[in-house]
Amino acid sequence: MKSLSLHMLLALAAIVAMAMLSLTIGAADMSISAVWRGQGDDTLILMASRVPRTLAIILTGISMAISGLIFQMLTRNKFVEPATAGTTESAGLGLLVAVFFLPSAPLIVKMTVAAVFAIAGTVLFLRILDRLPVHEPLLVPLVGLMLGGVIGAVGTFFAYQADLLQYLGIWTTGEFSGVLRGRYEILWITGILAALGYVFADRFSIMGMGKDVSVTLGLNYRGVMWVGLLIVSIISAVVVVTVGTIPFLGLIVPNIVSRMMGDNLRAAVPWAASLGAGLLLLCDILGRVVRAPYEIPIGTIFGVIGSAVFLYLLLGRQSHAIR
Amino acid sequence: MRSDSIAPRFGLRLGLLGGAALIAVALFFVLGVPAGAWAFALKFRVGKVVALILVAFAISASTQLFHVTTRNQILTPAIMGFDALYLMIQTGLVYSIGGMATLSIDPVAKFSAEVVAMMVFSTGLFLWLFTAKSRDLHLLVLVGIIFGALFRSLSNFAARMIDPNDFVVVQGEMFARFNAVNLDLLWISILLCAGTVPILWGMRHQFDVLSLGRETAINLGLRYKRVMLISFATIGLLVSVSTALVGPITFFGLLVTHLAYRFLPGARFGVTLIATTLVAIVTLVGGQAIFEHVLGFKGTLSVVIDMLGGLVFLTLLLKGAAK
Repeated sequence: MKSLSLHMLLALAAIVAMAMLSLTIGAADMSISAVWRGQGDDTLILMASRVPRTLAIILTGISMAISGLIFQMLTRNKFVEPATAGTTESAGLGLLVAVFFLPSAPLIVKMTVAAVFAIAGTVLFLRILDRLPVHEPLLVPLVGLMLGGVIGAVGTFFAYQADLLQYLGIWTTGEFSGVLRGRYEILWITGILAALGYVFADRFSIMGMGKDVSVTLGLNYRGVMWVGLLIVSIISAVVVVTVGTIPFLGLIVPNIVSRMMGDNLRAAVPWAASLGAGLLLLCDILGRVVRAPYEIPIGTIFGVIGSAVFLYLLLGRQSHAIR
Repeated sequence: MRSDSIAPRFGLRLGLLGGAALIAVALFFVLGVPAGAWAFALKFRVGKVVALILVAFAISASTQLFHVTTRNQILTPAIMGFDALYLMIQTGLVYSIGGMATLSIDPVAKFSAEVVAMMVFSTGLFLWLFTAKSRDLHLLVLVGIIFGALFRSLSNFAARMIDPNDFVVVQGEMFARFNAVNLDLLWISILLCAGTVPILWGMRHQFDVLSLGRETAINLGLRYKRVMLISFATIGLLVSVSTALVGPITFFGLLVTHLAYRFLPGARFGVTLIATTLVAIVTLVGGQAIFEHVLGFKGTLSVVIDMLGGLVFLTLLLKGAAK
């Protein structure tokens, strides 16, 4: 156990180092030493842009990794995450609807609409899941991806009619460059939800053993299912509204973690959180450096890395990732 | 006529579909032609109608073949990353040699190279998975989808790296467009589609056997691997033709094949192939006639069809068709 906490310490140190780096990189010229000497412009850049951005990345990484972890326990399938279950696309559709019908509403209202859509989409996915054969685990993400495509097609249709096609791009590619003070605070909701997920971790672990076992063990199956569903859906909605889509983050992180330490959720949550935050920080720094002073959105960078790792997980699986 | 080819009870229904297709084509020609412009309109519309019929055939045949080879009727080859590969080739070309140079390549030569690349991709994926790993078809499809996500992210990445003036060259390829068909490629597309007809028709009995499942098919003396290879190569070719002519469209194949399956329940591969193609022609040509010439909408048909196809897919899933 001792070496494990040493590893955790090392992981945290790496994240802190990357967060520091993330504070100093960007298009505007700014140096930490100038902030130290009390120069106004540099302090403004740091506090209004760099700090919010870094915090947003960390919050997104943590919450999406944990929501993937929970989702995989709920569905008992290692290839499920918001982007392979239609949840992300539902949240995006909700955002479109909100933008169309309530264009001047504050962000929190739009987020609520997106969350309601995300919940509905997730419930739909779970209902379809009940109708799939149990012995074909790979059919689940397949159907989820198709469901996402359908909801995306409905979104495109709606956007076309409402002349909002350009708006689609905003939630289809995750990007942190628009994150500023005053426009990211909503992401703290995901932090709270991730913490709630940690509180319920043991119950989700029991749920991962299946309905019969968990009911026998005295678990309020439906209740815990709803808690998990709400956590996953609301996290997706908040991330889609503020940042956009980051595909496969919630899928690859839990898979790597569960290869390291099995399916004890309480032990896995801190690792998933740090791995999620670390990966996102790394990708965002990459996106800012590769073509400075321009940026490549993190959704694109992570799309490349995430799908490559997903492929590796699929092809390298030795009956482990299946269940 | 051999006893197996067209059972009498389907003769009437096929006739009805054929009549509907003829009416659709006729409507496309006569609707909305301004007085005195007959000669011009006729000339202009012939190319379009031929292209739409080709697309209808390519999409419906590839989807039906995909259903047989994967033994799963809720999938469509359009989600298998083919269109994404097509896009990636376009973006990659523009990125490496520039927009003007890309435009100056002979379109037929370029298109032939793209078709070959897509066929290599589909058969290579199939060969690799079937020889090295398990024979899990769902794995194959899922890997295809994730490759699609990878290609899409890579082309997004390349798109961010190229000059905005060059990007215009790529942008035109990104959306399905029925009203601005790529007529340069019409002749070679006709040749390619005609080339698949003897394969599809000549092997229709083998595809019937294939749909019984791998074990049964091998027991009955089918050269399973060879038939599967041919079928995947054909799918790759057909999808390239339709993607090149009108761009990516996801759920159209699902819509028309299931309409045909409903209309001719229990029919063999060959009969169903005729029916799906006719249904596709009615939907595409008839829909375009009404949308373009009556309602005056230019590009919406692809969006509407995609959404309708998606909804068909959803109802199928909720009815438990995946079992």
